[in-house]
Amino acid sequence: MAEAIATATPIVRKPVRSAAERQEARAALALSLPAMVLLFVFILLPVALVIIFGFTDYELGYAGFRFVGFDNYADLFTDRTFRRSLWNTTVYTAIVAPVSIFMALGLAMLIESENIGRSFFRTAYFLPVASLLVAMATVWQYLFHPTIGPINALLALGGLPRPNWLGASTSVLYSLSIIGIWQSVGFNLVLFLAGLTAIPRELYQAAHVDGARSAFDRFRLVTWPMLGPTTLFVTTISIINAVKVFETVKTLTEGGPNKASEVLLFTIYQEGFVYLKVGYASAMTVVFLIILVVLMFLQYRIQDKQVHYS
Amino acid sequence: MNAQAFTFGRAVRLSILIFGAVIFLAPYIFMISTAGKAQSDIFSSSLSLVPQHWSYVANFTKALTRVSMTTLLWNGVVVCVLIFVFQVIIAIPCAYAMAKLKFRAARLMMVLVMLGLLVPIHATALPLYVAFDRMSVLNSYFALVAPFTISVFGIFLFLQFFRAMPDDLIHAARLDGMSETGIIARVIVPNAWPAITAFAIFSVVAHWNDLYWPLIVVSNQAYATPPLGLLYFRAAEAGDDYGALMAATLIITTPLVAAFLLAQKRFVEGITMTGLKG
Repeated sequence: MAEAIATATPIVRKPVRSAAERQEARAALALSLPAMVLLFVFILLPVALVIIFGFTDYELGYAGFRFVGFDNYADLFTDRTFRRSLWNTTVYTAIVAPVSIFMALGLAMLIESENIGRSFFRTAYFLPVASLLVAMATVWQYLFHPTIGPINALLALGGLPRPNWLGASTSVLYSLSIIGIWQSVGFNLVLFLAGLTAIPRELYQAAHVDGARSAFDRFRLVTWPMLGPTTLFVTTISIINAVKVFETVKTLTEGGPNKASEVLLFTIYQEGFVYLKVGYASAMTVVFLIILVVLMFLQYRIQDKQVHYS
Repeated sequence: MNAQAFTFGRAVRLSILIFGAVIFLAPYIFMISTAGKAQSDIFSSSLSLVPQHWSYVANFTKALTRVSMTTLLWNGVVVCVLIFVFQVIIAIPCAYAMAKLKFRAARLMMVLVMLGLLVPIHATALPLYVAFDRMSVLNSYFALVAPFTISVFGIFLFLQFFRAMPDDLIHAARLDGMSETGIIARVIVPNAWPAITAFAIFSVVAHWNDLYWPLIVVSNQAYATPPLGLLYFRAAEAGDDYGALMAATLIITTPLVAAFLLAQKRFVEGITMTGLKG
């Protein structure tokens, strides 16, 4: 009975679209038309073209191109530069994302529980986010300089070994990771601070009454679960940003020495815009897009499963 | 806020925070100090922060003459302003239609917007470069600005914000005989300043700092943006003239850092809002 009514109502109402409704729909289409046209021209169409180019041997400067099927992808598998580049990007992400997340969480909790100098600390840690990365990378290059850099001067004072930070293939990726962490902690910190302030005080009192005496218990029972959505978001954004590392590599190392700092976007940039191998670089771009899609998909899946306490 | 007792735990906490802050600020301190050092100071005493021979004037002159800093900063401002203005003019009407008007395409558009959120400029750069090359529009403000005139993130952010606005406001305006564009201009925009400011900060920080796209479409100093210009300056400044390099770095970093220090509260609010909802 109820079902019959539920299905019956829309059937009766659907064809009756009043003049006002039609007018509203027309206005809506007109208002969103510019955005949709640009979305098509600058996002959807280029993505479709990248996928198509990925199956061709298109090179800029040559007249035509042939479809070569999966040849580009087969080449990618055996391309040592590309494999190196994927591996380096993974290592960089595996260092920068977790360290910048946990460092930001720790610092946010320290700042939150302290009542002097809050805005000073927030400013100090956030400053790198508002600074031009290419410029600050240049400063880091000076700090890391093997002979005249302040870091090695300090290490020499302590009688410690002085690594050739950005110049040695064994340490270059770690040095870039340090810059990456320095640059992204502030962003995560601000998000965590917002998340922490949103936790109701009563929850901590309730946890205390229920026997959560130590600071660690309070963290485990209240802070961590309540921060869940923030942590998930910060994690996704940190991973995506780390996968997109480019500025520091282009400015400081150009992928070197000996391809030790070759990362995904830098390899795509070199193949596509320096060697102008559009087809091959497009196949790499498709791999890059797949990585982003998988990351976003994982985020949605975890978000759906997550228990919401708010 | 009652004063906390000065316990051992608190001392440890403050020490960690201060130590961390010093590390995070160290690059700025060395940048300012080295920008005033003569070449001989840089080689002999890298740990002393006060220059022995004050060379701020010499280093800044070098930085300002090798590459036209004013052109760079001007290009940065023009590109960021154009991008932001187009993004807002295009995203707000679309977001308003999707949030407050009923039409059949709305659901499909939502799917397209969510898909668009996934796609960064790095993924669309190749076909856009090929097209711009064919159209001979490389090395122009058009090439720098056009791909960013559509911000799906902007649509998404405004959509969230508009949904929370009361419908009564819009109904009242409609009863007064306002057109939909009139409603956007006189009802929606005046009530959306928090979202617009937040988006402005997000957009300007992103495009002022972007290196990837300018590097691809600009090969000519006349249209170089600040990050690209700094790359040119580094190339022109072969060797270790760190004094001049730091002076150039200081000039180029200052505008956004100053803006941040002046409008800190808005910055943080903006990042939290765009961050959490993005």
